[in-house]
Amino acid sequence: MSVQAADKLKDKFGDTVLETIEFRGETTVVVKKEEIVAVCAFLKEELGFNFLTDLCSVDYMGQAPRFMVVYQLYNIGTHARLRVKAPVEESDARIDTVCGVWGAANWMEREAWDLMGISFNNHPDPRRILMPDDWEGHPLRKDYPVQGPDREPYQGRTE
Amino acid sequence: MANFETMTINMGPQHPSTHGVLRLVLELDGEIVRKATPHVGYLHRGIEKLSEHRTYHQILPLTDRLDYLAPMHNNLGYVLAVEKLLGITNEIPERAQVVRVLLAELTRLKSHLVWLACHALDIGAMTVFIYCFREREHIMNIYEKISGARMTSNYFRVGGLSADLPAGLEKEIRDFVNSMPEHIKTYEGLLTGNKIWQKRIMGVGHISAEDAIDLGVTGPCLRASGVDWDLRRDQPYSGYENYDFEVVVDDGCDTWARYHCRLKEMREACKLIHQALDKLKPGPILADVPKVVLPPKQETTNTIEGLIHHFKIISEGFKPDAGEVYVGVENPKGEVGYYLVSDGSPRPYRMKIRPACFINLQALPKMVEGSMIADVVAVIGTLDIVLGEIDR
Amino acid sequence: MGVEETLGNNIITTSLDKVVNWSRSRSLWPLTFGLACCAIEMMATGAARFDLDRFGVLFRASPRQADLIVIAGTVTKKMLPVIETVYEQMPEPRYVIAMGACACSGGIFDTYSTVQGIDESLPVDVYIPGCPPRPEGLLYGLMKLQEKIMKEQNSFGASLGVGERING
Repeated sequence: MSVQAADKLKDKFGDTVLETIEFRGETTVVVKKEEIVAVCAFLKEELGFNFLTDLCSVDYMGQAPRFMVVYQLYNIGTHARLRVKAPVEESDARIDTVCGVWGAANWMEREAWDLMGISFNNHPDPRRILMPDDWEGHPLRKDYPVQGPDREPYQGRTE
Repeated sequence: MANFETMTINMGPQHPSTHGVLRLVLELDGEIVRKATPHVGYLHRGIEKLSEHRTYHQILPLTDRLDYLAPMHNNLGYVLAVEKLLGITNEIPERAQVVRVLLAELTRLKSHLVWLACHALDIGAMTVFIYCFREREHIMNIYEKISGARMTSNYFRVGGLSADLPAGLEKEIRDFVNSMPEHIKTYEGLLTGNKIWQKRIMGVGHISAEDAIDLGVTGPCLRASGVDWDLRRDQPYSGYENYDFEVVVDDGCDTWARYHCRLKEMREACKLIHQALDKLKPGPILADVPKVVLPPKQETTNTIEGLIHHFKIISEGFKPDAGEVYVGVENPKGEVGYYLVSDGSPRPYRMKIRPACFINLQALPKMVEGSMIADVVAVIGTLDIVLGEIDR
Repeated sequence: MGVEETLGNNIITTSLDKVVNWSRSRSLWPLTFGLACCAIEMMATGAARFDLDRFGVLFRASPRQADLIVIAGTVTKKMLPVIETVYEQMPEPRYVIAMGACACSGGIFDTYSTVQGIDESLPVDVYIPGCPPRPEGLLYGLMKLQEKIMKEQNSFGASLGVGERING
């Protein structure tokens, strides 16, 4: 079912679909970030993926483009899952918001901004959500140390 | 021109009714709430970042502490995700699957008991709190006999279970589950016909099915708005397709409907536990995948292959193929999912947890607009939020 | 020795001190301050099986009416100013119990957002290790705090305004 959805997406959007991957029975579609709202609206209205299960971001440091915004979609009627990914470069870490398509994206995009530093155009409430408001830095990036910038890793008892 | 001012007050993060460190900023017009803004993040511990620096086995105790009221469910979701990543989902032995279902449903009972206890306590019914925690102690005894800890069990392993059920436990579980319907009847007797309870929660926290689907709400909150959704039936895992249970759907859309939904789910959980106990047969509890699963102690100490596998798995960790998977399970609170990205190394490249309570909490401003402050407390109770999962 | 002023050091004042210490330690009123998983074990300790009420413990919601704060759960940097505000609102004599590995030393969360132990900013009287500690562990910690309070000197004098409490 998700394979047919990926094929229909490719038929409709052509070049925007960069890649389709099958792994362990799951279908992933990589699309260009400029058309993400149109792709999501098509998936919701025409193909019935009316539930946004999850929206997250992955930092592939060392590769270009550096970030990937991942949308996990679910079709309540046919129980099909689909994953849509959109690459985002580090130099222009912006992507359009999909809050207009699924209201669930609101807090998830705020979390992606807070922890990864990807900003979402036209987001209704672009504030930090998990870290304090005056925090500097985006903790989930690969170049951010896990203990934070002001602490050394625990070395065990030294005395 | 209407000339009224709203008063902005702060509720939490230190508050007896907010079920943890949740901060709500309420704009009030007298006693009516015009706008509610939740502020979260007071328990953000960096579990996702930390899991990028731990091997797959070492992340299991971290998952216990997410939704700490249903720890075995979090373990189950994570273990299923890693097994899918490795491609060994079909090799999990029958006994391990049955025990997983058994403990998952016991955990559902445990979580719903805390929901009822805290929800009732917030609204003023203290007796129910004491009764529910008394029943919960029986479940915690069972947890302790199985895994060694009352709450943070860390019992499931990639490939099966960490240890077999101790002898005599099946009888104890059966006795407990036989006594549960009487207890649920007691809670209903105390609450359902109670005029105060009815007035406090009927019509409170209304959310329609379209809004719930749009906002990503899952679990009993979604089922009580009339949407027929249950991942155990629609995307079955761990052998749930062989069990006979009813998905409880109610179309009241308010707190009263969610109350009935969860109570009925407790009864269904008892039915499922009976079925799981009937299906329990002796057999192995770990899959036969030497590169992933720790060998039994006899082999570790007596054979060289066992020693080498044990050493490699503990010190380095197993290396799944590069790729990504997403697995969601039906937690008592909703759909908890794990998105794992692997790059072929012993540590996950990225682990994202789909937190059911975080996304359910998004619906709070909509549910609370136009009601009174006392209703805010009822709505927080009915959403059944756990800050450990919201903030991760 | 030293310039600490006390009401006296004779049999009458020490007996009065003992009475004050005994009544303080047998009616500790904690603040409802659960943060994370340890809070659930604290609630279970207060429930029917491991009753806390028999120790004279009554959970109060307002810090102005509490004399004990049990930091049960992980302390994050976002939450730390809130804890400090609440602690400052508690009237003296006030005690702090750090319950659980996260409150004692940060626990398993050695990350950017977790405070590595609440004793970075509050003076802790009793540390209770465990993840989460069993209810019996919390009760043992409570009893240790009661023993600590019993060893205080000049409590009666301090409550009258003559001198300060001297910790044992």
